[in-house]
Amino acid sequence: MSLVNSFSQGVVTTTADQFLNWTRKSSVWWMLFGLACCAIELMQTQGPRSDVDRFGAAPRASPRQSDLMVVAGTLTLKMALRTKVLYDQMPEPRYVISMGACASCGGLFQLAYSVCDGVDKVIPVDVYVPGCPPRPEALTEGILKLQEKMMTETWLVKRPTVEAHA
Amino acid sequence: MEAAEIHAALRDKFSDKISATDEAAKDPSAVVDGAAIREICAFLRDDERLRFDVLNNQTGVDYKAEGYIEVVYHLYSYEYRHGVVLKARANRDEPVLPSVEEVWKAANWLEREIYDLLGVKFLDHTDLRRLLMPEDWVGYPLRKDFVEPEEYHGISTTRESLLR
Amino acid sequence: MSIAGFEVEVDRGRGLETEEMTLNMGPQHPSTHGVLRFVVKADGEIMRRAIPDVGYLHRSIEKISEKVGYHGFMPYTDRVDYVAAMFCNQGWGMVTEKLADIEVPKRGEYCRVIAAELNRISSHLLSVGTMILDIGAITPFFHAFREREKINDLLEELCGARLTYNYMRIGGVAWDLPPGYEEKVLAFLSQFDRMLEEYDDLVTSNKLFRARCSGVAAISPADAAAYNLVGPNLRACGVRYDVRRDEPYSVYPELEFDVPVGTGSAGAVGDSFDRYLVRILEIKESIKILRQCFQQIPDGPVVAKVPRKLKPPAGDVQIRVESARGDMSWYAVSDGSEFPYRCKVRTGSFAAMGMIEELSKGLMLADLVTVIASLDIVAPEVDR
Repeated sequence: MSLVNSFSQGVVTTTADQFLNWTRKSSVWWMLFGLACCAIELMQTQGPRSDVDRFGAAPRASPRQSDLMVVAGTLTLKMALRTKVLYDQMPEPRYVISMGACASCGGLFQLAYSVCDGVDKVIPVDVYVPGCPPRPEALTEGILKLQEKMMTETWLVKRPTVEAHA
Repeated sequence: MEAAEIHAALRDKFSDKISATDEAAKDPSAVVDGAAIREICAFLRDDERLRFDVLNNQTGVDYKAEGYIEVVYHLYSYEYRHGVVLKARANRDEPVLPSVEEVWKAANWLEREIYDLLGVKFLDHTDLRRLLMPEDWVGYPLRKDFVEPEEYHGISTTRESLLR
Repeated sequence: MSIAGFEVEVDRGRGLETEEMTLNMGPQHPSTHGVLRFVVKADGEIMRRAIPDVGYLHRSIEKISEKVGYHGFMPYTDRVDYVAAMFCNQGWGMVTEKLADIEVPKRGEYCRVIAAELNRISSHLLSVGTMILDIGAITPFFHAFREREKINDLLEELCGARLTYNYMRIGGVAWDLPPGYEEKVLAFLSQFDRMLEEYDDLVTSNKLFRARCSGVAAISPADAAAYNLVGPNLRACGVRYDVRRDEPYSVYPELEFDVPVGTGSAGAVGDSFDRYLVRILEIKESIKILRQCFQQIPDGPVVAKVPRKLKPPAGDVQIRVESARGDMSWYAVSDGSEFPYRCKVRTGSFAAMGMIEELSKGLMLADLVTVIASLDIVAPEVDR
């Protein structure tokens, strides 16, 4: 949160948008959605050493309570249809991190007959994390990048006025 | 028991149904008549000297040039610690073999997988459905002449390289 | 029936008419460890059966083997079982070596065993850690993962990757042990012994944990053989069978270790608790093996000379490796060209998954998670 002005006695002023974004980015709840190898690194990211909880990112079991979907692993054609359903169940605003080479472009499994080459063919992606599988540090960086993106969004802009139909 | 003895025991019982045995190969194997595979397997499991209580692996291989699909059975005995390899062949155009699910329950999923990926129909199988591919998938992917479909439910299966 | 030590009378629909419910579990479910789906037919809390629906992670690894050649397939084998990738490396290495008559140098074999046993410990740690997490305790999971991270560091130093190692080559291993590796591993093992005691205090003797596992889905040895259950799951049923000892490969005949089996210490032989306990005991055996390896490892090359364009003579062979999830059976066919004609791997989880429909009959709904976790099912191994 950039401080527009700060006074003594702990009073901070900021814009409403920045405040809202700050609260949102500080509790990114990601959905437990491990697909393949990357899911193990996802677990380690949440584990004792990397501990992404300190950035406010905590796992949730249900898509209906999550802000972020980390697509961790190879997306097969059979799973791609279900992924779309899961994404549709998440409430707006929602974000997607594509973790690893397989989720980003098919990776090693571009040769396969049953793999969807990239999750962006099915749902929109915000951050791509490279690696096969990415290290926990890389995923943490991805989450921080997503937080940067969240901070740039505006919610309280004046909406364009709808012309009254006479 | 050594492979040669097991093959001899098989020949004693099913002389006309064993078409070839190969004891010089790295894994000695016996090619058997596909239609009799269930009887042969039941004999191998129940015979006192053999006791093959485990179906360790079951594989389908598509020999396109020869025109048949070969199903390979790897059997093992925990009691005597010996193994045997059986091969049964089915016509490639309409492959049908009896199921050995009655003999070993493990064959249920192994045969479903072979049906799914190679299209071999197993007679008297209790639940012959696709195992790995989606139910509405067309074709048998592990066949040598399988052509990957362009798209599946609107998802294209190719990706343009950004480097080109 | 008995639930958590209390005798509970369960109405199985004789008194009151109940309707059969169909519940869907997965593919996205936090306790299925990857993408597994079950269609559960339940009568109240009692399952009539749970029908597994797999294939959500079918990545056509067997077909890819026909396109990339013998050496090129090695990184793909990592992805067959990403929790215990060393065994898949070893399996593919061994099946190709048998096809092409390649002999691995002694030091290479020892490097393989060291890497594989470290991997077995880390795989079992993940297995028991997540099993306890699924059963309802979160702290032991962090204890297990703390140790797993240390093994990951050791393996990373060995081969540069934390998960998908690609360490082994056809004819040996890619690199020799780095300098000072022995001291690091032995230092880890000596502090790991203490951690295992801590784990025993926390979990093995925990009354709640025992109550939730004891007697759940006990498997008889005959059923285990019929369904081709392998590895720790088979040994938990009381069958003393280990590929490392009974069909020896690599340098295992030169090493001394026990094969622990289930004894029914918490209830019935072959129940979920036995499957947990066998894994903990196997970790202890792996530690023993590792210590012996460092005493016995000879000097010399680690990899044999293998032509770049490997063209094994035509033929088909099968080999078996004792993976962390049991007897992993590799079958490969060569037609004399530089690409494998067919490769098939039958894994431990595949066999275990095929049994769940039978096991689930009559269990409580909540026990399904215990069963999946205790059988240590890893989704890519089922689907490949």
